[in-house]
Amino acid sequence: MYPSGMSGGGDSSQAMVKVQPDGSAVVTVGSCDIGQGCKTIMAQITAEVLGIDYEAVKVVNDDTDNCPLSFGTFASRVTYVDGLATKLAAEDARRILFEVAAVMLECSEDELEAIDNQIRVKGNPDKALPIGEVAGAGTFGMRKLILGLGHYMRDPAAMDPETGECDPFCTLAWAASYAEVEVDTETGEVEILRLVNSYDVGKAMNPTHLEGQIDGGATMGVGAAMSENLHPFYPSLDFQPDNLGDYAIPTTMDVPDMESVIYECPSTNGPYGAKGIGEMTANTPGPAIVNAIHDAVGIWITNLPATPEKVLRALDAKGA
Amino acid sequence: MHTLELTVNGQGHKVEVGLKTTLLEVLRDKLHITSPKVGCNTGDCGTCSVLLDGVLVRSCITNALSVQGKSVTTLEGIIEPGDIHPLQKAFHENYGSQCGFCTPGMILASKALLDANPSPTRDEVKEALSGNLCRCTGYVKIIDSVLAAADEMKS
Amino acid sequence: MSNVIGQRVTRYDGMAHVTGETKFVDDQVVPGTLTVKALRSPVSKGKIKNLDISAAEKMPGVAGVITAADVPCNAFGLIPDQPVLVGEDIRYKGEAIAAVAAVDEDAAMEALEKIGLEIEEQQAVLDPLEAMKDGAPQTRPEGNFQIWDDNNYRQVNLGDVDKAFEQADEIVESVHLHPSVEHAPMEPICSLAVPHAGPKLTIYTVSQALYFHLGMLCGILQMEPGDLHCKQWKAKTGSAWRHNTGYADLNYVGGTVGGGFGGKNDIMADHVAALLALKTGRPCKWRWTRAEDLLYSTFRGAWHITIKDAVTKQGRIIGRQMTSIRDAGSYASLNPYVVEKHCYLGAGPYFIPNVRVRGYCVYTNKPPASSMRGFGITPAAFATEVQMDQIADRLGMDPWEVRMTNAFRKGEFTPTKRILNSVAVIEVLQNLAAKAGVELPGHLKAMASTQERG
Repeated sequence: MYPSGMSGGGDSSQAMVKVQPDGSAVVTVGSCDIGQGCKTIMAQITAEVLGIDYEAVKVVNDDTDNCPLSFGTFASRVTYVDGLATKLAAEDARRILFEVAAVMLECSEDELEAIDNQIRVKGNPDKALPIGEVAGAGTFGMRKLILGLGHYMRDPAAMDPETGECDPFCTLAWAASYAEVEVDTETGEVEILRLVNSYDVGKAMNPTHLEGQIDGGATMGVGAAMSENLHPFYPSLDFQPDNLGDYAIPTTMDVPDMESVIYECPSTNGPYGAKGIGEMTANTPGPAIVNAIHDAVGIWITNLPATPEKVLRALDAKGA
Repeated sequence: MHTLELTVNGQGHKVEVGLKTTLLEVLRDKLHITSPKVGCNTGDCGTCSVLLDGVLVRSCITNALSVQGKSVTTLEGIIEPGDIHPLQKAFHENYGSQCGFCTPGMILASKALLDANPSPTRDEVKEALSGNLCRCTGYVKIIDSVLAAADEMKS
Repeated sequence: MSNVIGQRVTRYDGMAHVTGETKFVDDQVVPGTLTVKALRSPVSKGKIKNLDISAAEKMPGVAGVITAADVPCNAFGLIPDQPVLVGEDIRYKGEAIAAVAAVDEDAAMEALEKIGLEIEEQQAVLDPLEAMKDGAPQTRPEGNFQIWDDNNYRQVNLGDVDKAFEQADEIVESVHLHPSVEHAPMEPICSLAVPHAGPKLTIYTVSQALYFHLGMLCGILQMEPGDLHCKQWKAKTGSAWRHNTGYADLNYVGGTVGGGFGGKNDIMADHVAALLALKTGRPCKWRWTRAEDLLYSTFRGAWHITIKDAVTKQGRIIGRQMTSIRDAGSYASLNPYVVEKHCYLGAGPYFIPNVRVRGYCVYTNKPPASSMRGFGITPAAFATEVQMDQIADRLGMDPWEVRMTNAFRKGEFTPTKRILNSVAVIEVLQNLAAKAGVELPGHLKAMASTQERG
């Protein structure tokens, strides 16, 4: 279970969508792409709203002089919060295109739709204009700047200090993991044979991106469960690892070929029903592995990571 | 200072280096070739991987003077400008990169594998990439990418 | 085209990644850039008795040395308690005391050795369980606990947990330790500050949150003339994230980050690079070594979690008590927020009518912990999900049944009384079982989140 957006709300994101004279678009947001795919998702949303090709969208997110406000890339918030801001901005730009096209097609704005790189009367392919023609006419003929603006911010949530009662999040996504392990009772080594991850994501905006994020987060979960420990003699700082040989994040040899299954239970407010799952992907694999170890050899490892030493000690304690 | 002559991506270079200078420092700081990254400087992460006379090495722990007269290939040099290598295409199409920081090293390690073994099994790919760390992908789609490239290169 | 949503389009920046064209901070080439290195504390707690940079400043190749005296507002963070450079009181081993900008790394390292530093070492406290005791050494003047309202913990209370324990058939208790974990993105911390005539400053940053850090750096630098004194300003806004002045002097450049995972949510290097760029008038780059990144950057602080559940013979959890202690390290950074999130949602995706969660945020003389992927819920998920299997084990029940019996249904509410309208715990478990090849009994297959609890 994990929330999208900052707990307690109050986190803003803004977006600008500019339609160029040729009908292509530039979306500008202030959130970072840390590998999670912010640029891809914002381009997809812009293309969807304007009815244009994904390849016809550029994304700009590289500095604070040019990009509008975003609180940042954390709290599993970008697809949800920036996504809503981008959707609003693209709809705002589309509204300007409809104003122009309504004059050109001699119809009212609310009869129009943006689809297949065209602005057309809904359901009537004969009354249609290429979006580039509309954008060109709007820009040069009507002297318009076709720029849409969007801002999304969830209101800050008040909290009762005694009960903690509050409405702290936009929506919740859900996940579960299944692990099969083999425990070597001589050496204490645990091999993960199988790891299956199941998610509700609200709406799978880009299934490939989701699978990649799920695999990557699961691997981080495997690391925390099996090998990673910044303070191996906790709480002391002795023998702290100071290189990536000693601080052992998982390699290709440490994770199985993971499988994932995606379910879509739409959020009531997210863009297209989407939810953010960036962070929660690291949460369920660890306990699944520890529970699988118990299922295999009857020991509980409640002090992570489950190193061979801890497994052997627990086996000894159980045998005694 | 000592004079180092080497070939990088087919082009000859002559640079002044110290006794401690690494190949990675030559590539990044002197030649401004930035695809090999500084991830650890201890040979643990593989983001600085390059091919030295076709062999995969970690440029951060390769002394610059030890490559005197040799030929270095970085990601920029695995194909003619304007074209892309089947591995690059496969990594792009199979979502083999997320943040992109490990990607240059990952692709060069994959190239070293496919040059030696054009039809690797999944396990052989894992073995070959086990020295290149990635914190984003969980490796599944990286391995998919390498296998897809191998298929394409055979056909 | 339409219907782009839901399609497997390729990564927007994928082609740049696979050709090596993507530029990260360290890939920016600005001629004349100076190398920054920091003098870090060798002790976990102590007082600086003497700090002498005069010899270091005169070393060949050195363009500038800064100490706390060079920092206009030497307190930053959401709760602005952290100095850019230590003034007097050292709180953790590795805390930066002074920084040098020099023509190359060797010159910078040699200058660091010339800095005179005398420290009176004090007794540190590294164990949060020790730090919670009366009379423990104090990590910070305000005490070792984060205070919320009048309490030294954050709490969520739903129903009557004590009564639930009286009514329970079984009481199941477990204790968990989730270790300190490092984000370890492949790209280490790096910042490049480039001064321009004006005076204006461009910061190339690994930040995950450009505007957050722009605002914080505005607060640290106090760049515009006639600005309020730092303390007055803090009283005015209550936050070190300043959004009223200073933006015109700074441009934060980034947006393409080599992995973050929460490790680049706090300003780590931008402030020092910026101060040295202002002092020397030259571009300054501070790239942390991997060792610095592992030892001194933020991390997921360890968690001690105790769970006690009141359970019926049928496997229904009627009460859950969680007591959670976060080892926050030495400064607030995002720790209090992490603990709050833990309290709101830590009890897990189950409808439990009586819940008591207490989250302690305890300061110790470790480097400051902060956000990491999962913000306090990752360790909670570990503890609660192992606890679910322990309940099943105790009752001789199937763990799938225990989870699905207690899973949230549509219209039920979380411990903070937030009503849920998009719920799919049961369906996610059913899908997992199907994918894994686990045959669930018929009554679990027939279960649905939209069914009212019987």
